[in-house]
Amino acid sequence: MTEPRKVAVVAGNRIPFARQDKTYRHASNSDMLTAALNGLVDRTGLGGQEVGEVVAGAVLKHARDWNMVREVVLGSKLAPTTPAYDIQQACGTGLEAAILVGNKIALGQIDAGIAGGVDTASDAPISVNDRLRNILLDLNRAKTYPDRLKVLARVRPKDVVPEIPRNAEPRTGKSMGDHAALTALEWGITREAQDELAYNSHINLAKSYDRGFQNDLITPYLGLEKDQNLRPDTTLEKLAKLRTVYGKGETATMTAGNSTPLTDGASAVLLSTDEWAQEHGLRPLAYLTHSQTAAVDYVKGAEGLLMAPAYAVPRMLARAGLTLQDFDYYEIHEAFASQVLSTLKAWEDPIFCKERLGLDAPLGEIDRDKLNVNGSSLAAGHPFAATGGRIVAALAKQLDENGGGRGLISICAAGGQGVVAILEK
Amino acid sequence: MTDRYQTFTRTPLGKTLVKNLGLPDPAPLPRWTEGSPVIDGPVVFGAIGETDAGKAIQALLRDIGASFSTVTEGVASSTIRPKAIVFDATGATSTADLTSLQRFFSPVVRQLAPAGRVIVVGRTPELASSPEQHIAQRALEGFTRSLGKEVKRGATVNLVYVAPDAHEQLDSTLRFFLSPKSAYVDGQVARIGTGPLVSNDPSRPLAGRTALVTGAARGIGASIADTLARDGATIIGVDVPQNADPLRKVISKIGGTELLLDVTAVDAAQRIAAHAQEQHGGLDIVVHNAGITRDRRLVNMRTDAWDAVLDVNLRAPERITKHLVESGALRDGGSIIGVSSMAGIAGNNGQTNYATSKAGVIGLVQALAPALAERQIRINAVAPGFIETEMTAKIPFAIREVGRRINSLQQGGLPIDVAETIAWFADPASAGVTGNVVRVCGQSMLGA
Repeated sequence: MTEPRKVAVVAGNRIPFARQDKTYRHASNSDMLTAALNGLVDRTGLGGQEVGEVVAGAVLKHARDWNMVREVVLGSKLAPTTPAYDIQQACGTGLEAAILVGNKIALGQIDAGIAGGVDTASDAPISVNDRLRNILLDLNRAKTYPDRLKVLARVRPKDVVPEIPRNAEPRTGKSMGDHAALTALEWGITREAQDELAYNSHINLAKSYDRGFQNDLITPYLGLEKDQNLRPDTTLEKLAKLRTVYGKGETATMTAGNSTPLTDGASAVLLSTDEWAQEHGLRPLAYLTHSQTAAVDYVKGAEGLLMAPAYAVPRMLARAGLTLQDFDYYEIHEAFASQVLSTLKAWEDPIFCKERLGLDAPLGEIDRDKLNVNGSSLAAGHPFAATGGRIVAALAKQLDENGGGRGLISICAAGGQGVVAILEK
Repeated sequence: MTDRYQTFTRTPLGKTLVKNLGLPDPAPLPRWTEGSPVIDGPVVFGAIGETDAGKAIQALLRDIGASFSTVTEGVASSTIRPKAIVFDATGATSTADLTSLQRFFSPVVRQLAPAGRVIVVGRTPELASSPEQHIAQRALEGFTRSLGKEVKRGATVNLVYVAPDAHEQLDSTLRFFLSPKSAYVDGQVARIGTGPLVSNDPSRPLAGRTALVTGAARGIGASIADTLARDGATIIGVDVPQNADPLRKVISKIGGTELLLDVTAVDAAQRIAAHAQEQHGGLDIVVHNAGITRDRRLVNMRTDAWDAVLDVNLRAPERITKHLVESGALRDGGSIIGVSSMAGIAGNNGQTNYATSKAGVIGLVQALAPALAERQIRINAVAPGFIETEMTAKIPFAIREVGRRINSLQQGGLPIDVAETIAWFADPASAGVTGNVVRVCGQSMLGA
């Protein structure tokens, strides 16, 4: 077997993220992913061409979208001979898609591929409840009119109540925010620290728009040019006034300001070998060099739901032979400000690092000035599967702009999972 | 949780019905309030001969300002209604001396005041100087346990075994059993060994001490935190993050610090030790109160219900104790207190997991007591019976009523009763008290 090949991040594109039930309320997952993909194709001049593979996914998906990504490709400006498949790893979907594409490139199975993700919290899949579903399936199986009437007679008024997807963990019944609130308490994360992180996210994202950083990362969609959730004029005072939404009583710290809102949006990233990029008049922005996933047992309360990245990162660092301080940029997805702060505090904690990670010494502090320098999900919003693509593209561009360096990506996901990666140039 | 039946028995109609139908007649049990004397009534003292223990008992009675009379056997004063009867039986060297029990008690026990106290002090049988003495001393237990069932109106009967040369250790234990602090401790046996003599202010016995209480946010745990703080301790309240708000309320009232963690977490012990050392410079008292139930008959027991109960109730106290002792976070002279349960002694239908864990707590006490004694660290456990809490309020009515009544005091105990017993164990003056499992059950008929 030959040596693995370097995996370059060549370009990225997304549509601005919109708040739930606002601008994109009538846009489907397929519409938004097509828009993000076509924007990328336009920018890279790949119209009518074939790439090795398109890999993407959505967390909330209609049953009819069982082959969503291939259908999107067929409706896009890419050659219809481009293969595609769907994946889903909750909020880790977008980054996991990039890792999968990267692995095939590294192994020489493809030369270039596109990774992406999309989610809509507005155009949510509502399904009939299990009882009605069984009745309708039985109706389909019934062969005679009397049989069909018998089946239909089983329908009761309560059967028309639909099932709406809930933002809750199936095994605990608790929402992700409620889980994060418990972790925040365990790590003693203050309201002030969370608000400050949220404030920095808005300020940094606003600055990135101001200096034109986002110009070649975003294609306007349905009249929206910037992320709808962004509040360039927010202040710590305004954030401090918001009421808490997760947790109870005086110990509650999490607000709508320091938690990500439900959002609609899509993103796509082009990865390839150096040679492929050169042949297509493109150049590498950065290289995807390492990745890792981890999961924690949050069900029995052994670990916080969103703490898996705290485990994934040290494992990846050990394989890469790096320390936590060997980075120029840290992209820690802001599912909740408290998630970021709990993770950072855990890495600084000697007991956590020894007893839970099995390390001799704590990973230590990071330079906060290197954290989410162009804003993150608290400001941009978080359409679950689209976040990975947003971060990979922005970090790659930042590394390129910096003339090189190393960046860490950390994304927590439902089900107690974490997906992390390293980009370098 | 109010006991409606008991309230009813205090009404005129209730009184008539109870009397004529022979229904249970639970007497109101006074509890100790801050500033009250140890005992508010006369004490009758009797003995088999003059002993060191007898002298120590009389010295204590003088010390607490109790008016007491010494009664020789067979003579009862009809003029006084004793609030307590204390009998020194350490002088019983053979079964011949057991005659004194009947001769002394039969006349005087009739005079015992409501919510009175009977305390018999004996010599630890295993440490007796002869087989004859061993037999006689062992016999005392049958006497006190039976008398506990005979005395009425909220009175209690307890036996204190004292080791040879440990009579100077009697003080804190006698104070506890004489006072309303032991209102729901009945028919029990406490064992006192030798230890360093600690003299402290009995009104603030835990001053300058730091106490860790797990499960401190509600119920019995909150009462333990309150009571230890009342006695002068600085409290570290531990509970799961889900209970952050009630824990904050408990701690903000009494001072101290909060520590939010799950005691079953792999690093819980290390985290507790680090918190205690960083915030308080160490620990003196550890109360393993956090506990859960997941009741199911064994045939229907799910593995997660079995595991969760053993993890929280037994494995966590075991692991935390080990680490706190080995790391030195628990200072020499400290006190560890486990919370067992009546179910751990008697067993209970649907509680194989719970009873296994709670019997294991007794094992923890018995297994560690000898080795810990080398560092003058004591380990004891309380075993609550039916205590009126949010947890017992959820028991179906009929079962709850039976649980409440089938004890000598014919009522449920209160969280404070458990807390007071723990405070007695925690008291540095209880230096001779280790390896004890004392039930707070009103002398329940279960597992007695």
